[in-house]
Amino acid sequence: MFKRSVSRGLFTSFLLSIFLTVFMGAQASALEGPGITGKISDPSGKPLSGVSITLANDENSVTGVTDQNGQFEIAAPTAGKYLVTIDVSSLPEGISIADPGPQREIVFIQGPKGLIFKTQVGTSADQIIEKRDSKVPQLIVDGLLFGLTIALGAMGLNLIFGTTGLTNFSHGELLTFGAFTAWTLNYLVGLNMLLAVPLSLMMSAFLWGWVQNRYLWKPLRRRGTGLMGMMIVSIGLALTLRYTALATFGGSPRNYNQYAAQPGLNIFGVAVTPKAIILAVIEIVVLAIVLYWLKNSKIGKATRAVRDNPDLASATGIDVERVISYVWTLGAFLAALAGITIGINQDVSWRMGQILLLIMFASVTLGGLGTIYGALIGSLTIGVLIQVSTLVIPTELKTVSALFVMILMLLFRPQGILGKRERVG
Amino acid sequence: MDAKTFDIDEVQNIFKNVEQKPGSKKPDPIILAKKVVRKFGGLTAVDVDHLEIQRGSITALIGPNGAGKSTFFNLLTSFDQADGGKWFFNKEDITKISPNKLAQKGLVRTFQLTKALSRLSVLDNARLGAKNQIGESLFAALFKPLWIKRELEVTKQAEDTLAQFNLLEKKSDFAGSLSGGQRKLLEMARALMLKPEMIMLDEPMAGVNPALKQSLLGHIKNIRKKGTTVLFVEHDMDMVHDISDWVIVMAQGKIIAEGPPSLVMKNSDVIDAYLGSHHKTFLTEDGKSLATDETQ
Amino acid sequence: MDIVFVLEQALTQSIGIQAIIYCLAAAGLNIQFGYTGLLNFGQVAFMIVGGYSIAATVLSFGGSFWTALVVGIISSLILSLILGLPTLRLRADYLAIVTIATSEILRLVVRSVALREWFGGVNGLNGKFAAQFYALNPYQSGIGIGPINFSQNDSWVVTIGWILVAIVILITFLLTRSPWGRILKGIREDEEAIRSLGKSVYWYKMQALMLGGVMGTLAGFIFAIASQSVQPDSYVPDVTFFAYTILLLGGAARVFGPVVGSIIFWFLLVFIGQTLDQTISAGYIPFLTSTQVGPIRFIFVGIGLMCLIIFRPQGIFGDRKELALGGR
Repeated sequence: MFKRSVSRGLFTSFLLSIFLTVFMGAQASALEGPGITGKISDPSGKPLSGVSITLANDENSVTGVTDQNGQFEIAAPTAGKYLVTIDVSSLPEGISIADPGPQREIVFIQGPKGLIFKTQVGTSADQIIEKRDSKVPQLIVDGLLFGLTIALGAMGLNLIFGTTGLTNFSHGELLTFGAFTAWTLNYLVGLNMLLAVPLSLMMSAFLWGWVQNRYLWKPLRRRGTGLMGMMIVSIGLALTLRYTALATFGGSPRNYNQYAAQPGLNIFGVAVTPKAIILAVIEIVVLAIVLYWLKNSKIGKATRAVRDNPDLASATGIDVERVISYVWTLGAFLAALAGITIGINQDVSWRMGQILLLIMFASVTLGGLGTIYGALIGSLTIGVLIQVSTLVIPTELKTVSALFVMILMLLFRPQGILGKRERVG
Repeated sequence: MDAKTFDIDEVQNIFKNVEQKPGSKKPDPIILAKKVVRKFGGLTAVDVDHLEIQRGSITALIGPNGAGKSTFFNLLTSFDQADGGKWFFNKEDITKISPNKLAQKGLVRTFQLTKALSRLSVLDNARLGAKNQIGESLFAALFKPLWIKRELEVTKQAEDTLAQFNLLEKKSDFAGSLSGGQRKLLEMARALMLKPEMIMLDEPMAGVNPALKQSLLGHIKNIRKKGTTVLFVEHDMDMVHDISDWVIVMAQGKIIAEGPPSLVMKNSDVIDAYLGSHHKTFLTEDGKSLATDETQ
Repeated sequence: MDIVFVLEQALTQSIGIQAIIYCLAAAGLNIQFGYTGLLNFGQVAFMIVGGYSIAATVLSFGGSFWTALVVGIISSLILSLILGLPTLRLRADYLAIVTIATSEILRLVVRSVALREWFGGVNGLNGKFAAQFYALNPYQSGIGIGPINFSQNDSWVVTIGWILVAIVILITFLLTRSPWGRILKGIREDEEAIRSLGKSVYWYKMQALMLGGVMGTLAGFIFAIASQSVQPDSYVPDVTFFAYTILLLGGAARVFGPVVGSIIFWFLLVFIGQTLDQTISAGYIPFLTSTQVGPIRFIFVGIGLMCLIIFRPQGIFGDRKELALGGR
């Protein structure tokens, strides 16, 4: 299932408190030893009382109930893996549990300084309770933030498609591996995120962009492998990378050591975490630079010329292969940034790329396959659509709304919002 | 179709009374096009106000590179969508018709970049052209006895047609193994398998070696002799002179002149159009014009 | 390491239920991709339709098993229409995108809480929905050929499964030798040429999509019948790509390609998996654990798929000459 990338402060309160408790130790709560405390509130921030929560594994089961302030405390009896479950029947009328359901897995590990905590499905940013009348402004902000991230990936997808004709089915894995590179540097090597992120962006751009193009796609273009063949190669590559991620990093989602949990800010009634704001600013700056670069730099202009007509561009002395090399490097850089953003706002998992790829496809199809501004407009539209659709359909099906809109678009205006008719046939 | 044959003299007599100006009326037009417009972004590729093609004639459509000839071809045969205009085949409006329906109605075309089906045999290529094949329906295809009789007829017709184009001995080869000129021939043969009323040839001479050119000319004359109207786009002036009854000149998307081949090239507008743009490239280039790049 | 056991397992699986399922799915792709050049990246959607039609018709709606089969085929044809309508007029990659997206839409819909009443949500549908099928089982006990053994139920599924494969292959054989098949191959080479010859390319592509889709649905039938359960998460998009690997292994546009490919694929997959498993548990590969065997096998599939397209797009037994002509 696709998980939200955008942090929803009000809803994070449940898991957020868990994190705070664990990181700050027992003094922050009345608990004697390790355990979880938390606050459960509805989307408007109103605390919910009388909701029962169970912390259980095969040996133990402890239940807590929220008080008038919506708060609860549960102590963990021993180290081990626990399932935290909200009892759905104890929720007030009109409030339902959203995807991925009322359960979270957490692990208490015996570390050198007592029990330490890590989350298995560490969806710190994940919304777990949902009220159908979620506020529209909140959904739109969430959607725009998510759309911005998708735009990074979609931009690369469109640039590569525009210059080489390849619909790259392994583009999602570029997000995954960007996020995992940062995770490796941050979690395993122990680098600060402020250092790990730029480093992994550069590594991704080089390895997944430049090297991939130089040693896989360029030789294939030389051999004259057709586009259909190349699409299948990209599928093979996606499988290879996806399962390499699974074999290397395991099936559980991973969190970065820093910025995993953050309390949400309330800005005019819209909850946003500071990290989401900062990341959004970075994304906007990066997108602006890329758009400026494409418009004004020599190689950017060449890129557009190649996109419009490779043969003509080549005939006028543009080194098409050099342009493609730039495009791949840039595309991988943008994809890695998108992956890391999702990793910070949410978590890193081996299959994140697969579902995000479909959302990117929906975005570029909506905006116009191969167009640069289309990627941006399509992504923001799809981002908002996915969030706002939860007003009428269950949250677990919100991705479906994006894919459905894509199919409708193909039926009535296959070239997308900004595309040209000639490009589709 | 009727087995009426055409005599060159007869056709040239018809043209005697036709005005030599753009969009002139013909006594019996098989094609009639009005106000056909096609734009690519800001560029108007085709802007044809009025055009008639005489039935039974061999008409050439010429013009410098980028004149919009191939685009116009694509529009008439529904392989591209116009921004405006109406056109008729045998007085029937074919503006919105699908390419396949148009072919069934008797207007068939070939392509500038030959579309030989590489991994099919030459014979299969030709057989694909035949109409009314029972075995082309999914359910009948499962039962060979249902379609084998028609298949044998089709094969006979295909072999006869291939023989006319000197391709019979290559019938078992993959079409992809043919030379460029042979592919042009094959494509023409395949189109004739439909027994069309009119055939539109997009640069039939492009990439064909000089030895083969003469026989191609003969084939085109033969096509007309059997009653099929021919409209072709061409760069090769010799060919235009040799076989066409009437020449239509396009430049910058518009028709700038019409007339018999010997006279039309003396028209000052035509000379301006050629000299003013790509006269040299026009004479030397082997047919790969930029005019069609914009359609792709 | 017990090489005999490994070989037995590999041999059994190479003609077992999985091989049949993937052979049918790949046979559908052979019609669509191999002969017509349609890039259906959502064959698993047809399997979902097959599996869930049987399970839901019988368990949730109380229909009979035989009704369920009809429901499955009809749903499959409707799905083809939905997929084909917006995309078959467009460039090949649009079909690819829409089919993979639709396969995910279907999976998300059947696993949704909202429709749990009919499709069982995340747990899927489990129950004796194929009882009427097993009631016809003529085998009194399991059958075995040499080292290959199937249980009583599996024997029946395998028998019917291979009969289905035989029928599907026969249909492929008859069709691809007919004028109908000639048009499909023509569309694969250049659809505009076929259009210029007066054939309705759109309709032929639709027929190919439908026929191939029905074959995918048959695969879904066998999949559901064999385990008497359907679970949404066993229908991930990767299933489609395994079927592509199988098709390309056996050779696209070759009548027996799917059969050859499926047998080899499952032999290799099980062989590699079992060998890895045994060597790891014997401690020969200290840096790997047995939980990594599953993913590693699929890494091989991915690499295999890439290598096939790059080095042997005509399949392992294919003829290089034919391919040299094609631009794909």
